[in-house]
Amino acid sequence: MNLFSKQNREVLCNPLNLDNPILVQVLGICSALAVTSQLKPAIVMGLAVTIITAFANVIISIIRNTIPNRIRIIVQLVVVAALVTIVSQVLKAVAYDVSVQLSVYVGLIITNCILMGRLEAFAMTNKPWPSFLDGIGNGLGYALILVIVGAVRELLGRGSLLGFKIIPQSFYDAGYLDNGMMSMPAMALIIVGCVIWVHRAYFYKENKE
Amino acid sequence: MEHLISLAFRSIFVDNMIFAFFLGMCSFLAVSKNVKTSLGLGAAVTFVLLVTTPVNYLLLTKLLGPDCLVEGIDLSYLSFILFIAVIAGIVQIVEMAVEKFSPALYGALGIFLPLIAVNCAIMGASLFMQQRIELDPSSTQYIGSALDALVYGLFSGIGWTLAIVAMGAIREKMEYSDVPKPLQGLGITFITVGLMAMAMMCFSGLNI
Repeated sequence: MNLFSKQNREVLCNPLNLDNPILVQVLGICSALAVTSQLKPAIVMGLAVTIITAFANVIISIIRNTIPNRIRIIVQLVVVAALVTIVSQVLKAVAYDVSVQLSVYVGLIITNCILMGRLEAFAMTNKPWPSFLDGIGNGLGYALILVIVGAVRELLGRGSLLGFKIIPQSFYDAGYLDNGMMSMPAMALIIVGCVIWVHRAYFYKENKE
Repeated sequence: MEHLISLAFRSIFVDNMIFAFFLGMCSFLAVSKNVKTSLGLGAAVTFVLLVTTPVNYLLLTKLLGPDCLVEGIDLSYLSFILFIAVIAGIVQIVEMAVEKFSPALYGALGIFLPLIAVNCAIMGASLFMQQRIELDPSSTQYIGSALDALVYGLFSGIGWTLAIVAMGAIREKMEYSDVPKPLQGLGITFITVGLMAMAMMCFSGLNI
């Protein structure tokens, strides 16, 4: 058994950059935009999605041969919904303030396309261990973008990161102002647009006509 | 009546599914390539929202609420599973009904209907509805009856349709613009939606 063969490493690392779920596969945009006005909820959301994707992938991959093809979507939805319910209850118990900030977007992980996309595209045809790695990789790729967008928005919008002031008081005394626009929903879209722009310009060159 | 009107206006303009909450973004980006298909998907989403939101409201308050099924047990933590099951079921029923009674409409909506089960806008409307039950009844966002839920579902759907049709029209025009190469496609679409969302922010103080 070679748990970290070259193939498995690719499965884990590709979604971080060249096959990123948000930038390239265009999956899971909704929640990515809505929870990123600050860094902390963005990190929590990224972790929650990583955990759920990994375990949903494993479960579906274990039972993939027993699922009748016609009802597979409903089976997948039920597995995901059960996992999301568990995560949401844990989050309420452990970090109540973050779960209030995330509000409905925890529940919306169920309909997050990353989950359904990976289950359909990978877990239905692969063994549990690669599926687990694929889930972790895609979850982390998603979390990466969330953290980038969250950090930019919190830094420019509030002058802080994770709640700690980064921009010194002397800047404010000299006339610097926080850009309140950054904490509005519209800027999330524009920042993701710019991240995609940079990514396409420097990293993602193939498959271009 | 007054409450219903203001709920309807808020759902379209202020709490717009796309511009304020980014719900249904995935299919929004994938399908908004031209006006015709956008309109088809918008109509399908509106219809499913119109049906699922009140049904979920009734099931949530009459079946899962405290003391409903079993004395002394509050089952509302099962709401996620209930919502997604209801949505998947209703989408399936709607698909079969439309196919049987209106083949022309089925031909037009055909490919979009199954996609809707995993559209976040549908699930999001039900989750927001669940949140709004707990609001103060004087708030314009309060949902206290199946009729409120129905109005909320219908007008959220209309707001979503407006957004996707506008986006479809802009993207049709954008075909002819000179966009920097790495920005083409996904990137410029995001930035356009951002600018549209900024424009929609001017409604945010709207009160009727």
